[in-house]
Amino acid sequence: MSMKKIYLNLHKCLGCKSCEIACGVEHSSSKELFSAINEFPLPIKRVSVFSTVSHCIPVRCLHCEDALCLFACKSGAISKDESTGRIIIDSEKCIGCWTCIMVCPIGTIYIDETGKTAVKCDLCAEKEIPVCVLSCPTSALFYK
Amino acid sequence: MAHNNNFKNLSIDPTAVKMLKKAEKEEISIVWDRYENMKPQCRFGELGICCSICNMGPCRIKPLKDSAQKGICGADSDVIASRNLARRVAAGAAAHSDHGRDIAHTLLLAASGKASDYTTFDADKLISIAEELGIKCESLSINDIAANVAEIILGQFGSQSGEIIFAKRAPKKQIERWRSQGIMPRGIDREIVELLHRTHVGVDSDYKNIIYSGFKAAIADGWGGSMIATELSDILFGSPKPIRASANLGVLEEKMVNIIVHGHEPTLSAMVVKASKDEELNRLAKEKGAKGINVAGMCCTANEILMRQGLPVAGNFLQQELAVITGAVEVMVVDVQCIMPALSEIAKCYHTKLITTSDKAKFKDTEHISFDEENAIKTAKRIVKTAVENFQNRRKDLVNIPNEKMELVAGFTSENTFHFLGGRFRATYRPLNDAIISGRIRGVAGVVGCNNPKICHDYGHLTLVKELIRKDVLVIQTGCSAIASAKAGLLKPEAAFKYAGKGLREICEAVGIPPILHMGSCVDNSRILIACCEMVKEGGIGDDISQLPVAAAAPEAMSEKAVAISFYAVASGIFTVYSPQPNVLGSKNLLNLLCNELNKIFGASFAFEENPVKTAELIIDHIDSKRNALKLNPVMYEYEENIP
Ligand code: SF4
Ligand code: SF4
Ligand code: SF4
Ligand code: SF4
Repeated sequence: MSMKKIYLNLHKCLGCKSCEIACGVEHSSSKELFSAINEFPLPIKRVSVFSTVSHCIPVRCLHCEDALCLFACKSGAISKDESTGRIIIDSEKCIGCWTCIMVCPIGTIYIDETGKTAVKCDLCAEKEIPVCVLSCPTSALFYK
Repeated sequence: MAHNNNFKNLSIDPTAVKMLKKAEKEEISIVWDRYENMKPQCRFGELGICCSICNMGPCRIKPLKDSAQKGICGADSDVIASRNLARRVAAGAAAHSDHGRDIAHTLLLAASGKASDYTTFDADKLISIAEELGIKCESLSINDIAANVAEIILGQFGSQSGEIIFAKRAPKKQIERWRSQGIMPRGIDREIVELLHRTHVGVDSDYKNIIYSGFKAAIADGWGGSMIATELSDILFGSPKPIRASANLGVLEEKMVNIIVHGHEPTLSAMVVKASKDEELNRLAKEKGAKGINVAGMCCTANEILMRQGLPVAGNFLQQELAVITGAVEVMVVDVQCIMPALSEIAKCYHTKLITTSDKAKFKDTEHISFDEENAIKTAKRIVKTAVENFQNRRKDLVNIPNEKMELVAGFTSENTFHFLGGRFRATYRPLNDAIISGRIRGVAGVVGCNNPKICHDYGHLTLVKELIRKDVLVIQTGCSAIASAKAGLLKPEAAFKYAGKGLREICEAVGIPPILHMGSCVDNSRILIACCEMVKEGGIGDDISQLPVAAAAPEAMSEKAVAISFYAVASGIFTVYSPQPNVLGSKNLLNLLCNELNKIFGASFAFEENPVKTAELIIDHIDSKRNALKLNPVMYEYEENIP
């Protein structure tokens, strides 16, 4: 049973946004950089790097213990995978009411490529290690 | 090590694999380790859409949704990617041209008696160039002719108007294309400076205009600076003739003082070669317990002394550190270009002395012996003496010279090469054109350029050239690409039996040439341009270079010079496959311009393809389409698919 999470060493992030690109490419249909940036519609990334006066902070879903989005979702699209701790959005069930977007305290839910459903970090469901972690040149992000 | 010790994926050269193992054992990190440590490489940079030209930046265009699509000044991905690319052209053209300038300067000094160590003027070539430049030679001495030539040529760099002289060697149609686009260079330095101006913040904001200006500077390189470097080197050091030599790290001699000359300009290396034959120094070497003095080349310096003196080649770009790691190099003497800064650290792990010689290229904590042409042999002797004296410091326990070395024939030029095809004494391109027309040879491809750790060392070059000669394409090579083939035995005439298609094999057998012709260093790509001019002139396969069944490729490109070369190749009508892509994929418009729209302007375009087998297919398709357009006979012999 793995309850792994992505951690951030705040002092290491340079704000290069490599994680943003990697995330978008991973959630594209081609999964390859050059093709991904030419897809229509463009793939949606699930992490955004913000900066404060002193630090850069890549913000993505924290897979909260008590997830507000899960409470708020009225169509039952959001659930928690108890074995991994992941908060998952089922796009089949999502009705696009954007309630989760409003309640997420850190604002990390996005509207998908088609504009119809909510998407967010899925900890790279198909990957053993999330691609943002792999792509980070300073190892600011780590997974354990 | 992050590459998991799978050295075979890093290089297909066995010497490289051996030296990689040695480096690992001795805990020395080299280029492949640094490449691993650099990963992940920045994707913005890879796409060419980051900019740090001005101080409002750095800016990066985010290629995904909900992100900034413009830099702070408003530059979009087209402007940023094209400016980045154009600046590489400027730097590449500057490097080649400054090399050309140095040669011209040496010629002037030599002609006026100030650099008396340069004495081997090639009078025939000198006179033919002098006549081309409009010098009346009859009443002049050789030295006066040489001085006149040097002065006119030096004037080419600072020329402000008109058209550079050697560009007029191009076929009429090429010249017309350049004039109508306004990209006929006026002066070499002028076009490079103007390109830098145009790419300053807030100047040229039309990506097409930026790229055309890049072509202008590139033409000033290929038909200017580089061509000058080639022609005047031939005058100063003699025109190459076919010559036998050997290549790879195995050319280092365990019992001798080994000196590696690395870099680009022949002014220094030719003198080191001369100095290494000095009796007194050889006596000293014997006193120190060595059998003699062995000079070998690295990178394009290797090609310069190989082409003219038949000196051994130690290796290509990715082998420079490996040469030091053999532990058997007393001195590595360098001038300019493609010298890894890492060398100074690695040399310290052995007894090897790294010596810099150009005031343009000094290394921290590294001995600098400033090379001046007026005291050439004196300086060279000092360098050789340093090496001889360093022999006794060699640490025997650290010496391991791989035994691989390969025989080769080099020394082909646009003047001498194709004459062979018709028998030694007929100075004409007819036989080459006829071979193409009859379909015995499918076409001609220039395969050139560097090494790049992103691509398995030498794999890109060798896979491509083998595919091409198998399909009856005559391959001409320069630079580190040619060295790759040399090490693999492809520059031996016998290679034709093993690797060439039937038609090409027949030609090679009849004339006794290898299926791949080594035409020199990177500036000698200008020889390929001249060969194309001659093919047009000879007639029957197109009256414009873009109609010829020819193509070019740089399968492991690394340097800015390679970008400049690819630009002048395309501007000259030669379809060019470039790999890895030079960070242009972030702009769709730029990519479309380079790969499609240019066809309308130059009759040629770029392709970006990393897989060498696919590159060969692209080239074959291109050559075949040109053959069809010319209504030539089908090629004589079809190749078999899938020969391993
Ligand atoms: S989307 Fe927001 S609220 Fe929901 S789990 Fe992620 S961080 Fe928590
Ligand atoms: S874990 Fe995957 S989905 Fe989540 S932010 Fe990182 S890259 Fe994006
Ligand atoms: S990749 Fe790493 S350093 Fe770059 S922005 Fe993301 S977290 Fe920061
Ligand atoms: S030139 Fe423009 S894009 Fe480049 S760094 Fe300056 S503001 Fe940014």
